[in-house]
Parts: sequence; structure tokens; C-alpha cells
Amino acid sequence: MQAPVEQRWSPYADNGGTCMGVAGEDFVVVAADTRLSQGYSIHTRNCSKVTQLTDKCVIASCGMKSDAITLHKHLKARMVMYEHQHRRQPSVTAIAQMLSTTLYYKRFFPYYTFNVLCGVDDEGKGAVYNYDAIGNMERVPYTTSGSGSALVMSVLDAQIAKSNQTIATPSLDKAGIVELCKDVLSSVGERDIHTGDYAEIFLIDAAGISKTEFDLKLD
Amino acid sequence: MVEVEEPQDYLDVFQSQRGGFSFENCKRNAYLAAQANIKPPTAMKSGTTICGIQLKDAVILAADTRATEGPMVADKNCEKLHYISKNVFCAGAGTAADLQHTCEMMESQMELLRMATGTEPRVCTVVRRLSSMLFKYQGYIGCALVLGGVDVTGPHLYQIYPHGSTDKLPFTTMGSGSLAAMAIMEAEYNENLSIEDGKKLVAKAIRAGIFNDLGSGGNVDVCVITKETGGAILRNYEKPNERKFKAQHAAFPKGTTPILKEEIMKLVSVEEDVVMRD
Repeated sequence: MQAPVEQRWSPYADNGGTCMGVAGEDFVVVAADTRLSQGYSIHTRNCSKVTQLTDKCVIASCGMKSDAITLHKHLKARMVMYEHQHRRQPSVTAIAQMLSTTLYYKRFFPYYTFNVLCGVDDEGKGAVYNYDAIGNMERVPYTTSGSGSALVMSVLDAQIAKSNQTIATPSLDKAGIVELCKDVLSSVGERDIHTGDYAEIFLIDAAGISKTEFDLKLD
Repeated sequence: MVEVEEPQDYLDVFQSQRGGFSFENCKRNAYLAAQANIKPPTAMKSGTTICGIQLKDAVILAADTRATEGPMVADKNCEKLHYISKNVFCAGAGTAADLQHTCEMMESQMELLRMATGTEPRVCTVVRRLSSMLFKYQGYIGCALVLGGVDVTGPHLYQIYPHGSTDKLPFTTMGSGSLAAMAIMEAEYNENLSIEDGKKLVAKAIRAGIFNDLGSGGNVDVCVITKETGGAILRNYEKPNERKFKAQHAAFPKGTTPILKEEIMKLVSVEEDVVMRD
């Protein structure tokens, strides 16, 4: 008699990478590296995790790249449909809710993506939303996801939320937050093997969306 | 998992204490992992690129400097080239602790041998002792070594696997970045290279590992062993991965951290006694 054979099906992969979002009073900063890796190999050094959805909203996704591509494509199609129906672009809050339902729609075969949705809302305030893979959503002052998220969060807790500090220090301005994001991603690139190569920073404010790139380490 | 029989009498206990690894905690650890979700600690591994080449009258070894614990970089500039004797060095990949202790033990054995015989140890002696030891431990000592040296019979380069098998080769690579490094070796190795060109070749092979393998990174260490000068480690021969951006942070003012409890103990007490003597 033949021994029972266990068949396994594993449709998910972890492509690594780190992204982060920080909300300001009237702006928001999004940063992410561009390495796409699996296991010990680098697939490509230049693959953006961030997709622009409207004139004042972007989404950054870590986790599995193919699910992120599918999700972003789906969201962009929904943006077009919304514009055709309502003759204006959806607000960040509307997109946030729509993304939550989109993710929960696939509750039992989820998109393996960990999303950070950022933009400027209808009141002109910076908005950052954090998601898990199945649609739990929260609006937060700052967040991060991906392979280096534990490293990023500890710095943001100290530098943005100023946790466990008795002496008040001035909070960072727009340029200061951009500098902080660059520094944090550089530091994560030092210690997380899945984060590196290059990084993109998106600054969204009343003037629109501007993108800058900078170098991380290649090892 | 290794099945361990319960000791039946004192002879079994004696047998189990004769040396080698003790497996008595294996069953307990498996039980804890299954029932209480307590996992044993993981060892620091160097997901590594190491390589070596043999030339007409020299051997050159090289290694990267990244040590990892899972996806985290534990050490950005660790040393993977080990001294065995003046004329024998080795590059190691695998479990950091095993490599360090195995090489230290071999270093001491070779020094004792040198003092007992009054001669420089031969490379084949080191290889035989290492492979015998690793085979005895059935692969549980996680050492993958590239061993090189120059002795009375000339330059030699060996590759040793954790289970104890050995190869004698003109050029070799090991570790998680071995495929990337071997691509360079296969393309460019030639036994008539000069020492300077040999150093450039091993450094290029290690760079291939550093940039294309996530388990490898940091700097390039090189070791050149010749008959005339013995071996010398060129620490950080190349530094291709300097940090590119560093922000200027304002320092936290003194007293920023909240104090939850303050307690000052007097640890030294001075007592003076005046004793009258007659």
C-alpha cells in the first residue's frame, strides 16, 4: 500500500520592501524603497511600490508584488468609473473606505498586500490610512508596512509621536519630515536585507504631488 | 528528529555521558515547541560569500563581512577569514559559533603540532583533522570552509563541507553567494595570474556575491598566503557599501527620558575605630 501523500498549494510569496507614510497638518509624505526580492535573490532593483490614484492620493503596498499590481490596477479602474459617474475625483476618505471593502471582499483568499494610503483630504488635512491584508483600516498620524516596518515604527514613535519624552521639542516641519524619511529608509537599508537599492519620496500638499528619488545601498 | 532512548540502567547513563553531543533535551524541546509554542533560540548564521584561488606560488582567500539572523543584519563588518597557522588560513560560511570554535581549536592543535615536531604544519594535516571532526559530528557542526595554505609541498586549496567531505580544487566558492561568485571565477580564473591580479579576481567574485545575494553584504576581506611571507589578512580590502545618506538629528535634551523611580543606595560605608594600645 502506498503511503498517503500530502499535496500543498502555496499561492503566496513575500517580495519584501518597506514603505511609510507621515501626515502633516496640510501635507503628507510617503516613502518606499524600490527593491523587489524573494528569498535571497533580488528580482529587480527598480520597481516602484507606490501608485498615484488621484491628484491628491497615492497608495503604497508591500507584501506580494503580483497581488499589489492587481490591486492597484483594480483601484485605478475604480477611480475612472467614479470620475465618469460623479464628474470629479473621489476624496481620500472615499478611497480609504472603498479599499477597505475591496480587501474584505476577498476575506477568505486575500490579496497578500499591506497597504498605506496617503493623501490630502477634503478639509485640506494630511491623511494616512493603514490596512492589514483583509481590510482592517485605521486613520493614523503616521504608519509603515513591509519587511522593515518594525525598525521604521520605533523611529517614528520617537521622532513624530515623541513617545516617553518629558521635555517638549519642536515638531518637525515639512522639510524635516522628508529628511527624516530619507534617514529612516537609509537606516533600514543597513539592517534589513530585503530593503535597499533606491527609494522614492512623494510629497503631497496643496500644490499637488511631487516625487523625489534617492540612493540606498546596493548590497 | 533524533529519537533518544530512555536510559534503562547506569550503563546507559554512562554510555550517554561518554562525550559528543547530548540529545537528551530534543524530546523536551519538541514537546515545548508543539504544546507551548516555545521555540529554541536560533544561532547567528553568516549567509555568506567566500572564495579562494590557487596560483603558481600563492593561495588567495576572500570573504564578505555580513552576518545575518534571519532577515536582519546582525553584524555589518564581521571577520570570516580565520587564522589557523602562519601558513594556513581559512574562510568560513555557516553557523558563526561553530566556525569560530572549530577554527580556534584547529589553531591550537596546529600550534601544538608545530611545537612537537618543530616543523610548519601541512595543509593536508589541517584538512584531515577538520574533515574527521566534522564527519564525527554528522553535520551538526555547521561549518562550510574554504581552506588554503602554502607548505613544503607548495600551495593548496581545499573545500570542506559540514558533513566532512573534502575537495582539492584550483578555485572554489562557498556560501549562499557561491553561485554569483562562481560565475566570475569560471569566467576569469587562470592559474598563471599574478598575485595582484588574483586579489582583484577574488574581490570581484566576492563583490558579485555582495550585490546579488541578499545573505551577503558589507565589505571585502582578502587573505594572501605565499611561501616567502606566510599569510596576511587584508581587512576591508574594498569598501563598496559606505552609507550614502545621514541626516543631522538634534540630540535629545538631557532629562528627556521620564524617571519612574529614583533610589539612591549608599554602597560604601566608612567606619572609623580608634583602638587604644599600650
